[in-house]
Amino acid sequence: MVNNQASLDRVFGALGSPVRRAILMRLESGDDFSVSDLAAPLRMKLPAMLKHLDVLETARLITRKKTGRTMFVTVAPAPLAAASQWLQRYERFWSRSLDKLLAYAEKQERLPKKGRP
Amino acid sequence: MSGLKLVRHVAARPETVFEAITTSEGLSQWFGPDAGPVLTAEMDLRVGGHFKARFRMLDDTEHECSGKILELEPPTLLTMTWQWLGREADGESRVQFLLRPTAQGTELIFTHTQLPSEDAARDHERGWNGAFDKLERYTSTAQSTAR
Repeated sequence: MVNNQASLDRVFGALGSPVRRAILMRLESGDDFSVSDLAAPLRMKLPAMLKHLDVLETARLITRKKTGRTMFVTVAPAPLAAASQWLQRYERFWSRSLDKLLAYAEKQERLPKKGRP
Repeated sequence: MSGLKLVRHVAARPETVFEAITTSEGLSQWFGPDAGPVLTAEMDLRVGGHFKARFRMLDDTEHECSGKILELEPPTLLTMTWQWLGREADGESRVQFLLRPTAQGTELIFTHTQLPSEDAARDHERGWNGAFDKLERYTSTAQSTAR
């Protein structure tokens, strides 16, 4: 979760570079890319690319995982995923509760008014 | 920031719906997502007053939530903070019931918004939207839109 000023500074810091923005735009598709796939169209050497990836990872904008000898990079959806999980949980809870609330209110509405203060 | 909004229509007057939401008797009839019983339903109906509700689900788990009333305008508005017992780390959120009279009865506009802390939520939203806006501005070939 991006939940404090320091994290936000890192996010904005990471986005301050055209190279890193280009990297993120490619990752936005949701596909995994190997480091060399990412570096090739930018005509970058691997060490320079790795430095940019370090910055993006520190800002939690990407994650890296190694498969065999290849390093794969993915855009990190954590803040968005956490938000959507929260929504699903509460949507179920409230949707069902409100159904019961409305059924109860309609039943009350049909009662004779005697008990009403 | 995450927020849930549910809009429902009910064939009952706002007064009746409001009573069902704000009285112990009413709450104990509907609160909770399944047919399990409500064990506690307390509502100190005034601004600054507290509510507490505990229910048992059909899987035998018990859950309790509590909060404080922030806004109260019978029979059309109730806003309160919301927190689960035992999950304080999730932080407080905000629940609002807005009732509008209609020809058929009442329109209920329910919202529950996430507020890990109000500032964090605002910063969070600004941070992400801002980041993606910035990304878009710099990328003339952008195909995906800011989310």
